[in-house]
This record gives sequence, structure tokens and C-alpha cells, in this order.
Amino acid sequence: MSEPIAIQAPQPSSVGASRIGTTGFAIGIAIVALVLAAALVGNALVPQDPFVQDLGNRLKPPFWMEGSQAGHLLGTDQLGRDYLARLVYGARISLLIGTMTVITSGLIGITLGVLGGFFGGRVDDFVLFAITTRLSIPVVLVALAVVGLMGSGLGLVVATLGLLLWDRFAVVARATTMQVRNHDYVSAAWCAGASMPHILIREILPNIASHLAVVATLEMALAILLEAALSFLGLGVPPPLPSWGLMIAEGKDYMFFSPWVIMIPGVALLVLVLGINLVGDGLRNLLGAERLR
Amino acid sequence: MLRLIARRIALGVLVALTVMTLAFLLTRLSGDLAVSIAGPQATQADVEIVRKAYGLDRPLYVQFFAWTGRAMVGDFGQSYFFKDSVANLIQKRLPITVTLGLVGLSLALIVSLPLGILAALRENTWIDRSVTLFTMVGQAVPSFWLALILMIVLGLQLGILPISGTGTWQHFVMPGIVLAFTAIPALTRLTRSGMIEAMASDYIRTARAKGLSRARIIFKHALRNAAIPVVSIAAVQLGFMLGGSIVIETVFALHGVGYLGWESIAKNDFPVVQAVVLVLAVFYIGLTLLADILNALLDPRLRTG
Repeated sequence: MSEPIAIQAPQPSSVGASRIGTTGFAIGIAIVALVLAAALVGNALVPQDPFVQDLGNRLKPPFWMEGSQAGHLLGTDQLGRDYLARLVYGARISLLIGTMTVITSGLIGITLGVLGGFFGGRVDDFVLFAITTRLSIPVVLVALAVVGLMGSGLGLVVATLGLLLWDRFAVVARATTMQVRNHDYVSAAWCAGASMPHILIREILPNIASHLAVVATLEMALAILLEAALSFLGLGVPPPLPSWGLMIAEGKDYMFFSPWVIMIPGVALLVLVLGINLVGDGLRNLLGAERLR
Repeated sequence: MLRLIARRIALGVLVALTVMTLAFLLTRLSGDLAVSIAGPQATQADVEIVRKAYGLDRPLYVQFFAWTGRAMVGDFGQSYFFKDSVANLIQKRLPITVTLGLVGLSLALIVSLPLGILAALRENTWIDRSVTLFTMVGQAVPSFWLALILMIVLGLQLGILPISGTGTWQHFVMPGIVLAFTAIPALTRLTRSGMIEAMASDYIRTARAKGLSRARIIFKHALRNAAIPVVSIAAVQLGFMLGGSIVIETVFALHGVGYLGWESIAKNDFPVVQAVVLVLAVFYIGLTLLADILNALLDPRLRTG
């Protein structure tokens, strides 16, 4: 039984772009701004110290549950440390690692991608090979191995993730550079006697920047999730620093009786990553950047 | 077609060799391996014995060629922690990781194909927006955290699944769900955009003009074309899933290759670490190769390349 179908006009603009719309973009910006504010001034506003232990007040529940304490809005952890203070401090760690990783991986990936896309030929062959090789390396395993062998620490986590997460930057920078390198303004710059670095940095880069901004949000979200996973496995940010992943790991032994010890940092992580992804999605729609992978 | 495949295989081999070099260098990062193997209580004499026993007294390039030479024929040396050959260890653990990967991928496809098609056919309605929202939230969920939540809900509160361990098929259900969740957002989005693109194309208009039924148009014509990117991404995704299963295997104490990797990192068991990195990379390389060949078979336009 065939039913008639109205012939629709193709809508190329909608292909690949997701439609959460401007509301999602606004929510994303609000979330990221809130977490940023918490990271910057949160510990000044929360009276408790995230590192001070109080063994008499272990695993106190948050305010909406029975048995909560007035002084500890989100309760305390297994060592009696204030959970809100630790959560707010953890925002600082997540954002710091996310930002630093994106800067490192962006520098590597954009350099490779722009060079490959602009020069083509042998240079491009090498860049493609580097991307293929990088993609075949299992990220989590190698990151764990590096941290496991060299000792944990915030800087090492950033360096490791930065050296591993440049692939999408390179892929997108390469593809977009190929598109813009034949535009008239590049030829015009050549004729005006511009130098190679000038053309790459002043002509190419600004014109592919919008695409790279979208990639940056995706990578930041990924880096934050990976840091949490590394810290959760005990090979990321070292204790007593309250990384959200580490908080979940420390709460794991108590989760069956006090599930909120893993719920609170987990939800925080989810909301922050969702916020960053919403910003990226909004940027993509705003800039009309097609989804490039 | 054959030339294309030959070129892809050559590239794959070259990539594998590069990864091999990197895996070797990776395990040398810690400085003196002999010291870390011997442990903190070892005397200088103990360290020297370890150095000799593991051939670490030889120059780095000799160690490298000795290792690659033997690795080529499947001999990855001895694990000093598990007291077994690395090849044996991996052989024992690999079926578990591959099973987990296949369970995860199947679950992911079962969820994301219908969701993606549904969203595409109801583009810009609340259904489409709900699917998009679902994929965005799915992308933001930390997999190890989802694993813990499932343990609390399915394992403890409902008591229908074992919380951790290896042994029965039930042990694969929760890890499979978590692993599937890592792939569902990307696969759903890809199915959706592929389907939208296909439904807007000329051949669908032709099919409609011929008066074909809606079901036939969707499943015979549109889906086949929309499936091309999905198939290739699904194969690549399986490679990522095998590599990413380390976190999930560790949370659930599922004794696969990923868990082996984690154990050996914790124990500084470098022959195992470099072998696991290599094996997971080779799987990924093989799967992307398969994806390219499948692509060429599904899409005749790609065959001349």
C-alpha cells in the first residue's frame, strides 16, 4: 500500500547540523559561564576548605536529605571534607585541564593541518600519515601508560592529552585550508608580495578560525571527560586535589549506601560537558560551519 | 579496486610499524626500567640482575630490533608479573574484549539506526529535537560514571545483573550497555544526516515519481545510501571501542585486554604494555581497512580510486 508523499525541497543547510537551536546555545553559554564563575570565585564564597578533614563528620548527606548538616550544603566525603568546596575546586581543575589541553593540541593539530592542506603533495602525505597513525593509537591506554610510567600530575596529564588529541584539529584545519587556499584573496596576497608565513597566518588562519572554534569546544569536552576517566582510574590528577573523576573514584566504595557521593560530581561533569557541547553546537549553527570529521 | 586495496594495506603496514616504534619508546619513558621492575626495596645488585635478565643492558636500538623482530612472528616476550608469555596472556584475554566490543556495537546499532532514521524522517519536529538532545546528553555522560550508576540500579537495587567479574554472559550486559553508549551519539547523528541527505536526493525523487511505496523508498533506496558512512564509521567505532574498553573493563573487573593493559601499567610490566598498545592499534588499523573495502563495495563510485 503506497501512500502519497509530498515532494519536499532539499534543505542543504539542515544536513549535518543539529537543531537544538538558539535556546540550547544560550543554555550552553549559561552553564559554561556558571562553572567558570564557580572556578574563579567559588572557593572565596564557600566558607569551608576543600582540603580540611573532619573525621567526626564523615559522609554527611547533602541538604535535601535527612541528617544533613547546616554547614555542609552538599554534605561531606569519606574523610569529612566539605563536598561543595571540593566540587567548586574541581571545576577549576576541569576547566584548567580542558583549556590547556585544547591550546596544546590546537597548536599541534592546526599547524599540521594548515601545512598539509596548503602545500599538498609530500607535505600533505606526511600529515595524512601522522593523522592515520595518531588515530590508530588507543588514547586512554597510552595516556594511562604515560602517566603510570612517569608519575601523575596536572602538567603531565595536560601534556599527554595535548599530544594525543590533536587529530580532529588537523583533519578540520587541513580540509578547510584546502577550500580557502584557492580563494582570490590568497592570490591577491601573493601578488602583493606577501610572505608565506604572512599568508598562512594572516590570510588562511582567520578564514578557517570559525571551524576551528567548533573543534576546540568538542576537544575541550573530550579532554575534560578523559581527565576525569584517568583520575578515576587513579592515574590522573593526584589526591588530595579534588578532580571530579577522583571524587567519583574515592566515593565508589561508599556508593551503595551513599549514592550521592558519586551522583554529585558525576552530574557536575555531565552538565559541564553538555554545556560545552551545546556552545559548540550553537557556534556551528551560528557560523554555518558544516560538520567536518 | 585491487590497486586501491593494495595501497591501503601498504599504508596500514606502515602505520603499524610506526605505532610499534612509538609503543616501544612509550615504555622507555620512565627512565630506568630495571629500577622500576626491581621495586623500591631492591639493592643495586638486584637491579643489575633484572637488567641482565630482561636484556635491558643492551643498547636501545638492539633492544628495539630484537623486540620488533620477535613481535613480527607473534612473540612478545615474557610478562614478569603474570609469569606467562605475553602472547598467551593476550590470546586468553582477547576473546573477552572482542565479545564486549561486538555486544557494544550491536547494541549501539540497534538503538542508533532506528533513532537516526526516525529523526531524519521527522526532521525539525519535536521527535527530531528530542533525538538530538538525547545524543548531546549521551555524549556528555562519563562512561565510568554511567557504569557505576548501572551497578547501583541494575546490580544492587534491582539485583538482576552481576555487579562485576567475568564468567557468564550476564557479565557482558552492563559493560556492553556502557560501551554502546560511547558510540550511540555519533552513530545516531550520522544516520540522521545521511538519511536526510539521501531523502533529498534526485534518485529518491525519481523513486517517488515512479510511485514506489514509502517503505520501499526508505528501506531500499534511501537507507542503502545513508548506510555507507554509517558502515564505515561503525567499523572505525568498533576499533575505538576496543581501545576505549579499558576504562569499562577496569570498572567492571572484566578480564579483557583493556583490563590486562591497566593491570600491567599498574605493575610496570612493560612487555605487556607495549604488546597491548600494539594489538589494539592493529585491530583499529584492520577495522579501518575493512571499512574502506566495505565502502568501495557498497558505493560503486568509490571503486575507481
